Amino acid sequence: MAKQPGGVMRLDRRAFLRTVGAATGAAAVGGIPDIVTAQKAPSFPKGTKLNILEWVSFVPASDVEFKRLAAEFGKLAGVDVTVDLINMNDLNPRIASAIETKSGPDIIMMISNWPHLYADGLADVDDVAEEIASRDGAYYEHNKKVSVVGNRWKAVPLCSVPSTWAYREDWFKEVGASKFPETWDEWRKVGSALKKKNQPMGQAFGHSLGDPNNWAYSVTWGFGGAEIDQSGKVVINSKETLEAVKFTVAAWKDCLDEGGLAWDDSSNNRAYLAGTISATINGASIYFVAKRQFPDVAKVTGHAHMPKGPGGRFYNIGGQGRAVMKYSKNQQVAKEFLRWFMDRPQYDKWMAANDGYTVGPTPYWGKHPLWEKDPKLIPFREASKFGRWPGYPGPPSRKASEALVKYILVDMYAQAIKGMKAEDAVKWAESELKKAYA
Amino acid sequence: MADQSIEPLLAKSAASGAQAIAAPVAVAVPKPRRPRRLGHLLEQEHILAGALLAPTLVILTLFIAYPFVLGIWLAVSDKVVGRPGNFVGLQNFWVNLNDTIFLRAFQNTFVYTFIATILKLALGMGAALLLNHHFRFKRIVRAGMLLPWIVPTVLSTLAWQWMFDATFSVFNWVLLNVGVISQRILWLGDGTMAMGCLILVNVWRGMPFFAITLLAGLQTVNPDLHEAAEIDGANAWQRYWRVTLPLIKPIMLVVVLFSMIATFADFQLIYVLTRGGPYSSTHVFGTYAYEIAMRAAKLGQGASISLFLFPFLLMVIVFQLWYIRRSD
Repeated sequence: MAKQPGGVMRLDRRAFLRTVGAATGAAAVGGIPDIVTAQKAPSFPKGTKLNILEWVSFVPASDVEFKRLAAEFGKLAGVDVTVDLINMNDLNPRIASAIETKSGPDIIMMISNWPHLYADGLADVDDVAEEIASRDGAYYEHNKKVSVVGNRWKAVPLCSVPSTWAYREDWFKEVGASKFPETWDEWRKVGSALKKKNQPMGQAFGHSLGDPNNWAYSVTWGFGGAEIDQSGKVVINSKETLEAVKFTVAAWKDCLDEGGLAWDDSSNNRAYLAGTISATINGASIYFVAKRQFPDVAKVTGHAHMPKGPGGRFYNIGGQGRAVMKYSKNQQVAKEFLRWFMDRPQYDKWMAANDGYTVGPTPYWGKHPLWEKDPKLIPFREASKFGRWPGYPGPPSRKASEALVKYILVDMYAQAIKGMKAEDAVKWAESELKKAYA
Repeated sequence: MADQSIEPLLAKSAASGAQAIAAPVAVAVPKPRRPRRLGHLLEQEHILAGALLAPTLVILTLFIAYPFVLGIWLAVSDKVVGRPGNFVGLQNFWVNLNDTIFLRAFQNTFVYTFIATILKLALGMGAALLLNHHFRFKRIVRAGMLLPWIVPTVLSTLAWQWMFDATFSVFNWVLLNVGVISQRILWLGDGTMAMGCLILVNVWRGMPFFAITLLAGLQTVNPDLHEAAEIDGANAWQRYWRVTLPLIKPIMLVVVLFSMIATFADFQLIYVLTRGGPYSSTHVFGTYAYEIAMRAAKLGQGASISLFLFPFLLMVIVFQLWYIRRSD
């Protein structure tokens, strides 16, 4: 321990880790209060600040717990921690302005492949990310792919927010489906029967960040298609993609609510809770709201995996992480925060607050007791095994982002639904992807 | 100078007074004053004019000229977030011209702007002519008309989004219950229909600005001119066409100019309602530039999209200003 000018006692990193290690041990026995008890002195120079920028979670309790943990770290480390929460849509402009002006938050949440998009403005966090992996086991593949740029970790994986099928078990039983279909072919048969009873399934094909892409990417991969191959060559114009498009057009007519072209990410939630659709792809938020406000709907709601296609079962997940900004003068304390937050006692509490909405970045967190509390949420836990990233099987690069923000795959399906020949829609997508991946 | 010439006289007077009265008298002798340089400088017209204009120039330079020049630089560079940009000439513009989504946005921007502006002008003029008459609660109606203009665009657009909702649209509910339609209309689910909805909301929001500004113009028209025309046998249409319209034409052109610039650059309304969907059928320059610059982090490409119309807008502005000046 070194004495700083002004008489402030300072712990070096090793000393801090020893303290945190002791605290973690204490927490394992007695929880957070024991960490506080174990803490002996501020670890960083007085006046050290840490600013963290995150999204506003769809689970309010998650934000409350995160802020509480951040404040707790502040007390333990003697750091003034501030947390700013903003709408997910506003994160991109804030990150761009922070990197360009080299000022702003020390830690920023990264969603999906953003570490690739902003790699030049992010500090390396190899030590933290690898330490976590050595303790909790290897990260899920999609969490790792989106966080590693070149050979360097540019973000510490935080979680995934998978979307599975939420469906009305009672209505499915009425058409003879005792469980959710395992394959897309079975899904279409059940969907046709449901739509005939005026209980269609629902899927967005407009321009919104989550739901339309969840269908477009997962179904393309499920039928064996892909935007690019591993080398980055555009391969969308394949018979597999063509089958996926034809299947979607047929599903649109036979199984889906035809309002989907006008839907945004919240439309399916409202439609499901209002009882106008029988199933939809979504995060656990539909179920959580149903439990609070529509318990009768919650009782008959089940969750199920994305059906398998000829190419297998896939989820478009991406995952989330936290990055330390390269311009930050507090990189060391930022890394210590990430290390501390991802340590088991803290992460356990944050995950519990999310109540199954988020899935941990390593299989270790699949053993969390919350999954036993409500078996209806288990498909979310398992979805990460099938998670893939934008650009799969190629890298989740900047170019993959361009294809994503241009909604090329979504519009390929949407145009076919609106009457464009499936072959022409695929050719259009090929032409646009070649420009995006040029 | 005046002070210096008086000083010896005062001293002399004090000395002679001292001899006559034989008693010391304290006389305040003004010290030589330095010329008031600042006041003197400001008395010069060109310096005063410069000083008064300086704050405006600083603000214009910082908040208009600098971002504009930076925008031009970005548009001719391959700048992405976090990396220094290199000069690439007109390559970004060339890429745009080969991008089908950009070309759709280009077409949409013109359609959106021209149809919305024509409707706003026609409806705004009609409303202004009505409001120019005397009737009960005239002031309340005039103030109420401004509400769509005053309410923050994002809030009012969210209300419209709800009204256009595919499942819960109040329009569909009414039309279905009245029996006008048998199936719901997907207001935002079809490219042409969605563009129509965007224009409708833009007109609803922007029409009050036209109405109130044109009303102000109408109130400057001398009633004697109308009376004279009426005595000469002009009917209502002729009085409007031959008397009113020529007199309010300058203000009308200014309103159209402002509205066109604002509508060309519209973003919030479209981004909230459709984000350019479905199938990129409602993208305009603003929304597409945002997606490319912010969400794909390609600042150079995004800037080239938003600056693409600058030459056209400049021509419109120059022509309209020239026309207004010529009319004057």
